[in-house]
Amino acid sequence: MRHLLSTKDMSRDDAITLLDIAEDMADVADREVKKLPTLRGKTVVNLFFEDSTRTRISFEAAAKRLSADVINFSAKGSSVSKGESLKDTAQTLAAMGADAVVIRHPASGAPHVLAESGWIDAGIINAGDGMHEHPTQALLDAFTIRRRLHQGGARGKGLDGVTVTIVGDILHSRVARSNVWLLTTLGAHVTFVAPPTLLPMDLTGWPAEVGFDLDAAIDSGPDVVMMLRIQLERMNAAFFPNSREYSRRWGLDDERFARLAPTSIVMHPGPMNRGLEISSAAADSAGSTVREQVANGVSVRMAALYLLLSGDREDS
Amino acid sequence: MARTVLNQADITRALTRISHEILESNRGADNLVILGIPTRGVVLAQRIAETIRRIEPAATGVRVGSLDVTMYRDDLAHTRTRTPSRTHVPGSIEGATVVLVDDVLYSGRTIRAALDALGDHGRPTVVRLAVLVDRGHRELPIRADFVGKNLPSSTDERINLHLLEVDGDEFVSIDGGDGPAHVGAENEDAS
Amino acid sequence: MSSERAASTRYLIRGATLPDGTGTDLVLADGRITELGSGLSSAGASVIDAAGLIALPGLVDLHTHLREPGFEQSETILTGSRAAAIGGFTSVFAMANTSPVQDTAGVVEQVLALGERAGYVTVQPIGAVTVGLAGERLAELGAMAASRARVRVFSDDGFCVSDPLLMRRALEYVKAFDGVVAQHAQEPRLTEKAQMNEGALSGELGLTGWPAVAEESIIARDVLLAEHVGSRLHVCHVSTAGSVDVIRWAKARGINVTAEATPHHLLLTEDLVVGYDARFKVNPPLRRREDVEALRAGLADGTIDIVATDHAPHPVESKDCEWDAAANGMVGLESALSVVHAAVVAGGQLDWSDIARVLSATPARIGRVNGQGQGLVVGAPAELTLYDPSASRVFDREDLAGKGVNSPYLTMTLPGRVHATFHRGYATVLDGMLRPIAEIAAHGENDRG
Repeated sequence: MRHLLSTKDMSRDDAITLLDIAEDMADVADREVKKLPTLRGKTVVNLFFEDSTRTRISFEAAAKRLSADVINFSAKGSSVSKGESLKDTAQTLAAMGADAVVIRHPASGAPHVLAESGWIDAGIINAGDGMHEHPTQALLDAFTIRRRLHQGGARGKGLDGVTVTIVGDILHSRVARSNVWLLTTLGAHVTFVAPPTLLPMDLTGWPAEVGFDLDAAIDSGPDVVMMLRIQLERMNAAFFPNSREYSRRWGLDDERFARLAPTSIVMHPGPMNRGLEISSAAADSAGSTVREQVANGVSVRMAALYLLLSGDREDS
Repeated sequence: MARTVLNQADITRALTRISHEILESNRGADNLVILGIPTRGVVLAQRIAETIRRIEPAATGVRVGSLDVTMYRDDLAHTRTRTPSRTHVPGSIEGATVVLVDDVLYSGRTIRAALDALGDHGRPTVVRLAVLVDRGHRELPIRADFVGKNLPSSTDERINLHLLEVDGDEFVSIDGGDGPAHVGAENEDAS
Repeated sequence: MSSERAASTRYLIRGATLPDGTGTDLVLADGRITELGSGLSSAGASVIDAAGLIALPGLVDLHTHLREPGFEQSETILTGSRAAAIGGFTSVFAMANTSPVQDTAGVVEQVLALGERAGYVTVQPIGAVTVGLAGERLAELGAMAASRARVRVFSDDGFCVSDPLLMRRALEYVKAFDGVVAQHAQEPRLTEKAQMNEGALSGELGLTGWPAVAEESIIARDVLLAEHVGSRLHVCHVSTAGSVDVIRWAKARGINVTAEATPHHLLLTEDLVVGYDARFKVNPPLRRREDVEALRAGLADGTIDIVATDHAPHPVESKDCEWDAAANGMVGLESALSVVHAAVVAGGQLDWSDIARVLSATPARIGRVNGQGQGLVVGAPAELTLYDPSASRVFDREDLAGKGVNSPYLTMTLPGRVHATFHRGYATVLDGMLRPIAEIAAHGENDRG
């Protein structure tokens, strides 16, 4: 694997291979020594143009468990306007001998530009770009669903026939985008539920059904309900009137949660707005995978780093 | 032309002998953990464990598992990306006698990786190595304790080792060294 | 005038094909076309073999960004004039978004003078509609009109005159000197942070959409305003099928509106954005295939009056970055004729007479520029270009003559090539090569002297 930029172009076999390797990586956490020597001598740079402590430390833990050296480069504030361009930053990292760059950037497509530019030869992992994609989040979500459904027997399996309802700000969500491609590739059926203002204007070509009514979606008995974080500043741009109305119509409150089947899985990429898009009862329930998602994130990112940094470069 | 050097019966006899030797050197089956190195080493380890249980029905303590070494290899950057296999270490190996089992011993690098991997699971009292075929050409100071057959070979020869559970048939053969060179096509790394 | 000098300005163009398909020789002398016909005498003339070449009237670009004064790292009037000449242009209208903005007589006269000094093309300044393009107060439109630059086209291009009252007043005011307001139709609130055409692809790529309605609603408002006050309106870079419909409706109603389409909107579609290559970032953005088809049909039926390049050079660093941070715009002068050839001539929607109309006669008339767009007739100023329609080339950086290399066509195969360009009777391009700067400047000097 040369880069990990999006889930859209990922094949089912490649996705399952990555998830299977993540299973092996998860086993490492149960061992006496929770570390592998695999990436000794490799340098992984976490290049974050946006604050995201959660994602950064997850990648950092993953790289360190594989014995890579980790450099954290917080480029926030050194944007183009302040004089340091993506190009200059990339060339700096190349000069420092980075083998892999994990990039978080507010501009959609920035990881793609970095990978295609020739500025740097390192493998690029997209850790979230604008409103475009967040592939490792989708992979950890898929991993989490697969583990919940199959426990120890998850290896080699897809998500065939699993119904997933993604609720909230689809328009601005890179998590929703990466998930719709990956989950569908793995055989799941995805439904978006959101206010019309928070859906992309034209969903032609997206493998998802669309609804505006969360109650109907709940009553259809989905296997997985994934709640997205709602940014309160969206109110000011007239996407919805206020948080009370949003919560009432599109929040997973106690009453809706109670109507879900006991086997339903409740997911949230975090950080949560408790009481807004998800109630505490739902977030803390046995069906909630919120904490597993965090643990699984490290395993999935280890698998991604392994696939990116092992093997002949010319080969991929 | 491939020349068969061991047939299925030869292989069974060799594994039976190895099982006896293991019991003898360990003075029984107590605290014995047999770990196969994927893919074919795992099959061989299971057969050895079964044989031991058959020889000494009282030896219920023998444990068998698998130890994948992919993440510990020293050539990850030089070959195609390898997909790791499952590691399953049955219980604690602290204070145990661990017998590592592989199909073909060649450069010794796989065993080096296996020793590193094993160390991350705990500290056994003794580690032994059993292989079905030793073809020589060691690149590291490693030797096997239990050997099914020594097969001195040249580096441009290729050893084919098939097992029923993996390949559907069972034999060990050598491909001649006058054909296309199989540089680096060592069986121990082909899993 | 010495005989040597006379010889250098007299040309016999032998065996050219006129836009209507007839063959002819042309003689250029003393800055004019002096003879047309077959078997013309070569006495005292430089002979140009034009067999297989189409003679087009010198192209006129109503929409060029020359960047000077203020953004000379992107383009200068000299380098932009050279890019124009190699593209077959003999006149360009220089947009007002310079620094300082072309919103006073002083600045437009400076631009005019720099164009004259360069000498490759007639540089006709456009005046800003509002002071500093700020959209708040009218600029000194009358002073610019009365200046030596004789400004007739006014535009805040880059920004929309979105305030309806200000737009109304501008439309009314320019009637006093037969001016026209060229509107950059973009409703600002509907396009905040917009990055590409709004549609299925923008959603997938996670880029903020630039909806077609933001252009169409402004055009609809403006044609109604133009009708109400009885003024002339020109719509810049029309990019959507809906806009074509609105303009078609307005023209049927008798509203005095003209419209332009750019070469890139006639050829390229939004699918090119997929790789986030900022060379394809432009405002208005590349649209859908249906929009491209509608623009071509509109150009063919006269709804769209002209093609204008919106040549927008940028320094490398403005494009060598992530999509959101990249500047909008593409260079277009050097490639315009080939792109129009590929977009609408190759498919038979327009013929070369139509090209002469949409790239020379009509833009000259809309912009009221002297000495341009008069066609290939005896007595007309010697403004023409010789185009080889049978050539084909992989367009590359060597084909760019301006400072900007932000061309979307690099590595694409384009038809045709400009063989020669004549401005005021002297060659600015010969054998596909620009004539030297000093030679052209001397011609310009002589003309004025």
